[in-house]
Parts: sequence; structure tokens; C-alpha cells
Amino acid sequence: MTLASHFSYWVTVLLLMVGLFIVMTRENLIKKLIGLGIFQTAVYLLYIAPGKLIGGVAPIVGGQFAVYSNPLPHVLILTAIVVGVATLALGLALVVRIKEAYGTIDEDEILLMDARDDTSPEPEAKDG
Amino acid sequence: MLTQHFPALLVVVPLLAAPLIVFVRRSLPSWLIALLATTITFGIAASLLAQTMSGGTISYAMGSWEAPLGIEYRIDVAGAFVAVIVAAMGLIVMPYSRVGIATEVRSEEHYLYYALMMLCLAGLLGILVTGDAFNLFVFLEVSSLATYVLIAMGRDRRALVAAYQYLLMGTIGATLYVIGVGLLYLETGTLNLADMATRLVEVGDSRGVLAALAFITVGISLKIALFPLHLWLPNAYAYAPSPVSAFLAATATKVSIYVLMRYFFTIFGATEVFDARATGAILLGLSLAAMFVPAVVAIFQHDMKRLLAYSSVSQIGYITLGISLDSVEGLMASAMHLFNHALTKGGLFLVLGGVVLRCGGAGFDRLAGLGQTMPVAAFAMVVGGLSLIGVPGTAGFISKWYLVSAAMHEGQWWLVGAVLASSLLAVIYVWRFVEVAYFRAPPADHPAPGEAPLSMFIPALAMIAGCVYFGIDATWSSEVAMRVAEVLMYNPGVGQ
Repeated sequence: MTLASHFSYWVTVLLLMVGLFIVMTRENLIKKLIGLGIFQTAVYLLYIAPGKLIGGVAPIVGGQFAVYSNPLPHVLILTAIVVGVATLALGLALVVRIKEAYGTIDEDEILLMDARDDTSPEPEAKDG
Repeated sequence: MLTQHFPALLVVVPLLAAPLIVFVRRSLPSWLIALLATTITFGIAASLLAQTMSGGTISYAMGSWEAPLGIEYRIDVAGAFVAVIVAAMGLIVMPYSRVGIATEVRSEEHYLYYALMMLCLAGLLGILVTGDAFNLFVFLEVSSLATYVLIAMGRDRRALVAAYQYLLMGTIGATLYVIGVGLLYLETGTLNLADMATRLVEVGDSRGVLAALAFITVGISLKIALFPLHLWLPNAYAYAPSPVSAFLAATATKVSIYVLMRYFFTIFGATEVFDARATGAILLGLSLAAMFVPAVVAIFQHDMKRLLAYSSVSQIGYITLGISLDSVEGLMASAMHLFNHALTKGGLFLVLGGVVLRCGGAGFDRLAGLGQTMPVAAFAMVVGGLSLIGVPGTAGFISKWYLVSAAMHEGQWWLVGAVLASSLLAVIYVWRFVEVAYFRAPPADHPAPGEAPLSMFIPALAMIAGCVYFGIDATWSSEVAMRVAEVLMYNPGVGQ
């Protein structure tokens, strides 16, 4: 068990941490979503890397092919990518609406405005 | 026979209703489609529960591809029980929604609301019926994505921020779950849950399995809103449109609890999860924290919706407490409380929706004098509140009774005191509502509303009446809950 033999896992862990760190520390709502994207992408690597055999080909039945890579992780991750894209699109759409309603995409400023709303009885409607 | 395809139809019916509604676009026809779809779905769920009660596990090969290669839909009493709760809640919320969203959602978005409710329903039911770990993740995301949008539909602009925060937390939770599933797939080479359970026994204790257990537990706990991973919940419930709050409070977290039970007892097995390591103790500690901390926070809220949301986090603690006991009695208490709390909290949010419609908000300044202006609604809220406390004669009492006796059965006498003390906190936060509603004068600008419209009032009162009914006659609920506990505990999904 050398460092190199687990290279893909180390990269996965690194990407997971980088993504999570960005989500937790950035105040900019779009940067948070970028962090979330990196976090999700790390999982793709976790699935895909072990499915690949060095020298393996796509599973085509034929005499000249002996070693196959596992195709299932690719299919799963295709689904996960679709889910990830949908989540990112929805997140960005929410950020657009937040920008329209609050005039900012900085989390601290938004929380400050919310705290002010809590003390005043009539909060602004989001359409107005 | 059509009955054969019920496990698939349970998901397909609401899933097909959603795009149909988007094509129709007009508010009234889309409501009718949604109503029809939820009615059919509830019928299917009820029939599945009846079938599983008499005939055991139902397995359905999706597209006739046999498991473990194909995706298997597999439903037993436990899944069918939660499916009935979810489908029934959908059926109750749908007639309510017609008037319920009139003032809270913009009229040109009504059809989207119905379509998203259908997607959310399809996702939640899919989680319950699927026998495939990755398929479960997809359904989890289908329901979550629909939920984020439903929450963002709330009138207040803070609904947008609540939805955004939930999106971050929910996605992190779901991603952690997928990591866990990936590790399990690497260890066992299968994604079929029943097959995975068999092969995990052969794999034995490995670091990969342990990591998978950790990732799945934390990921699903985020979705359950188990303390201290509950931070998304109060704002999401408080700013979502009222029918959405009611639907989510009664279903979304409950379905996640089902997933956790499944993984703990059926897939990893109680010996791996509870006997080999301190999972039980950790879960017990977190459950106790959930029973107390959010309950104290609830006492200091100035908004009834937020108060109920924090109370939900606290009540989830009772359910996970039952799981942490690792006994049939504990699981049965969990299943009971899952049902009873869905009934109580769903009913409370529905009543509150009518109040919000009339009073223009759920802040305590708006609710003052509710006992005079809306006497029936105020009384219904008090009855629901009594069920939250667990007063005898309400559903909440029954499940707390089973929880306490499960704790005593395990020899954990001090837990009786803890449940009692936590109930006392519930007395305080329910009393806050009573004080506001009955001992304060209505605000001067109060529109003197009268009760909520009947289409909202009847579903709401029906659920509150259910709280009392299942508090007096718990024969059905306790019998089903017992079966659920037995299935989870003794039938590890292997073979039949």
C-alpha cells in the first residue's frame, strides 16, 4: 500500500476537502456553489477510478478483447452528473432570485438584512 | 394483472402526472390531475400495505430484468407503512392546496406548485419502494430538488435563502450518501440492497465497510435533520408555503429515518452497527440533545411556524432514540412515533396554514386573541399541541408510552426521566401559544376573520381528529408498527 497505488483516492480526498472548505468559508453564494460542484466532482473520481483496469477496454464481446473495464460506474456517474448539473442550475437560479430580492449575493449582508427584518414587523415582499 | 405492477405504479403515477401538469398549465385542471394522481397513489400504497401485511415482501423486477443485475423494487411492511403515511399526507394536502396556496404562491406559478408536489411525492415513494442503493440516491435527489423549489415559492424573500441553505446542506448530505454507496459497491460489487446485505456478511469487518457506514449515517442524518445537523430545517419550514410545510414536516424527514433504519438493521445488520461499535451510544447522545436543545430554542421563538419547526427537530429525537435502543420494542416505538408525529405535526401545520391565511402571518403579534377570532382553529392547535406534549388521549401519548416502556425493557430507567423532562419543555412551548391565543387581546388592525375556508379546514381538522382517534384506539397503528419493527429486526432482507 504505497502512496502512488492509492493516487486516485488521495486526489478524491483532496478534492472533497477543497470543495467542502470553499462551501464553508466563502461568503459569496456563487463561490459556495462552485465549492459544492468540486465536492460532487470528487465523488465521480471515487467511482470511476476503481472501475478502470489498466489495459482494459470497453466491454465488447470479441476474441481479441480479454480484459474489460467495469462499465457500471460510468453509467452511475453519468446519472450523478445529471443530478449534479440540475442541482447547480437550481442553485444558480436561486442566487439570481436572491440577488433580485436582496440586491446582494454576500451571505453576511443577507443575514444582516434578515436580522433587521426580524426586528421590524413588516418584512419586504420578495416581488416588490 | 395490474396488481402485479403496483410497486412500479406507485412511483410512475405521480411521476407522469408532473409533466402532464406542466403541459396543461392552467391552475384548475392541474389541480384536478394532481388530486386524481394522489388519490390513485394512495389507493396503491394502501393496497401494498395490505398485501405486505398478509403476504410478506413483494419483489418487482423493473423492466423484467432480474435482480441483482436489474433494478429491483422491493417493498415490505416497513416500506409500505411509510409509503401509506406519505401518500395519505399527499392526499390530505392536495384538496387543501387549492385555497391554501392562493395567497401564498403567485397564480402563474400554481401549475408548477402542483407539478413539483407530484415530483416530490414520486421521489419520496421511490425511496421507499426501491431495492437499489444508487436508485435510492436518484429518488432522494428527485424529491430534494422538488423540495428546494417548493420552499423557494414562499411569499417572504427569506424563503429563497432558506431554500439555498437547504440546497447546500441537502446536496452535501446526498453526496456523502453516494460516497458511502460507492465504498459499499467497491467492497461488495453489488448495488442491490438485499444482495449487498448477504455479501456484506461475507466481506466481514473491513475499513471500507466502516467508512461506508460512517458516510451513509452522516449523509442521511443531514436529511433527517438529526441534531446538530438540523440547521436547514427551521427556516425551510418557516418560510415555505403552508401546505408545503405541512407536507414536508409529515413526510420528508420520516422517509429519511426509514432509510437510516433500513441501512442500520437490514443492510449493515444490528451486530455490525450496534454491537461492534458505539453507534448506539452516539445516536442516543444526539437524540437526547435533540430532545432538549431545540425544545428550549422553540420556547424562545416569536413565530408559530418557527416554533413548530424547532419542535419537529426535537420530536425527531424521540424517533432516533427508539432506534438507538437497538431492540424490537425501541424500533416499534420509533415506528409509532414516526406515524403519530407525522399526524400531529402535519395537522398543526395545516391548521396554522388556515390561520396564516386569515391573520396574514404566523408571528405571535398576529396570532394574539386567536381564541376569540378563530375559536375552532385555536382549539385544534391546542389539541395538536397536547399531542406534541404526549397527554393521554392523544396520539403523542401512545408513542411516548411505548418509548418509555422500551427504555425500561432495556433497563435504561433514567431515560424515562429524560423523556418526561423533554415533554415538560413541550408543555412550555405549547403554553406559549395558549397564552398568546387565549390571554391576549386581538391586535387593533385585526381583520376579524372568522374560520378558515372549508376546503382547508376539513383536511386540517381531520388530521387533528386523527391525533385524538389514534390516541384512544391505537390497535391498528400499534399492530402495524409491531410488524414493521419485526421485519426490520428479524428479516435482514436476505432471501425472502
